[in-house]
Amino acid sequence: MTWLNAAVQGILLGGEYALIACGLSLTFGVMRLVNLAHGDLAVCGAYLALVFSSALGVPAWWTLPLLLPLAFGAGVVLQLSVLGRALRGGDLAPVLVTFGLSVVIENLLLVGAGANTRSLDGGRLAQASVELAGGIVVSWLRVTGLLVALAVLGALQVLLSSTSWGRSVRATSDDVDTARLVGVRVRPVFATVAGVAVATAALAGVFLGMISAFDPLAGGTLLIFAFEAVVIGGLGSLWGTLAGGIALGLTQQLVGEWNSQYAVLAVHLLFLLVLAVRPQGIFR
Amino acid sequence: MSLLRLGALDVLYGDFQALFAVDLELAENESLALVGANGAGKTTLLRTIAGAMTPAHGTIEFAGSDITKAKPHFRVRQGIALVPEGRRLFPSLTAEENILVGAVQAGPDAWQLAKIYEVFPLIARCRNRRAALLSGGEQQAVAIARALASGPRLLLLDEISLGLAPAIVDDLYETLAALRVAGTSMILVEQDLDRALAACPSVACLLEGRVVLAGPSARTNRAEVIDAYFGTTS
Repeated sequence: MTWLNAAVQGILLGGEYALIACGLSLTFGVMRLVNLAHGDLAVCGAYLALVFSSALGVPAWWTLPLLLPLAFGAGVVLQLSVLGRALRGGDLAPVLVTFGLSVVIENLLLVGAGANTRSLDGGRLAQASVELAGGIVVSWLRVTGLLVALAVLGALQVLLSSTSWGRSVRATSDDVDTARLVGVRVRPVFATVAGVAVATAALAGVFLGMISAFDPLAGGTLLIFAFEAVVIGGLGSLWGTLAGGIALGLTQQLVGEWNSQYAVLAVHLLFLLVLAVRPQGIFR
Repeated sequence: MSLLRLGALDVLYGDFQALFAVDLELAENESLALVGANGAGKTTLLRTIAGAMTPAHGTIEFAGSDITKAKPHFRVRQGIALVPEGRRLFPSLTAEENILVGAVQAGPDAWQLAKIYEVFPLIARCRNRRAALLSGGEQQAVAIARALASGPRLLLLDEISLGLAPAIVDDLYETLAALRVAGTSMILVEQDLDRALAACPSVACLLEGRVVLAGPSARTNRAEVIDAYFGTTS
């Protein structure tokens, strides 16, 4: 029964990984930008939620209506001021710039918040749990986390497939020069995509902060997990990314049930296996 | 009044100069065949008019205003639409979505989907298929429809007959003739000289980046064009 329990926990955790990964997948798909600071931006979201929730004295997820627009705005500003410029500087510039950004963010967090491991207050949601058939107990917080991830990915899918913005995003992703020539304004498309990417990363950061813990240097691990979810699921498919995230969560929890030392290693091995056997991703 | 006026355009790719002091004028409701050998600068000229490249020197005037430094989306809004060489559809979008992307800068009197499907029954049949899966003729029709969806006053057509069966090319040219009657101006780049001269009342010939011949098609004799085309003087 503990195995079944681990599997359920793994699926629930996978939703958060998919949520971080979807922003990475979107920025790479549309702008060909590999954002090495993506995980750190998620951690920033968690810290910001920590500041807001202790200042206002409310559970962390209450701060989301305040946090998400801020994160979206931060993504837009980042794209217009730094990333857009880096993209015009050749293939290597974005990698160097986002790597530098990652170092800067991690050190600013170290200075500002200290090196202690923190966790977010999930309020009553974190304590409440529900018992499923067969005696498996899951916390409402994790269930909510998965439902939120599903809702966000679903909404993103609808936006991309059936709005004018979504068509412009997909056209830009296919062929940026031609998109520009037929009248698509590429700068706003890039800026909104960056905004969505940072907002989804911050959202995932807040849920991960409530479910487990984080410190200023947690971004690197999150980035690797997000990359692995994208690669396992196959680039350019949101549902593939979700499946990739769930595959990661399942592997981590199931192997952790056997021996917790090997949990993260197993995730990386799964990733290497997929790269070797099916580099286009399992779900493509 | 002239719709488009190019004044002494120099266009460079890095150190390589592709166009030298190109002067060209196009009146409202006029159609121009732009001919020349491969590498003469025809595609570069169309892309410069559409805003993909910025000229090093010279001016581009459209409908009385200077658009030399204007962004492509602004030019589309003003009424310039390019049908690029090789069609360049968005492969993961459906035929209809490709056309809708072409309409992002559409003015009030731009073509609606219903009218496009009436003119191109070919597209109506494959509207929900992804562009990557369309036949060459269908792709070219969608590329033209995508340009028309912005409601252009000036249509720039780059090698639309390339790789297509003659019967399909005939259909496309019939559609273009109808557009011309309806008042759309065009610059047409075409390898088939006879077809180009028949389709357009005036012709200009580029040779190694320079305009070496320009005038009404009716008064230009075919041998003259061929001389200008290859740079052989008789």
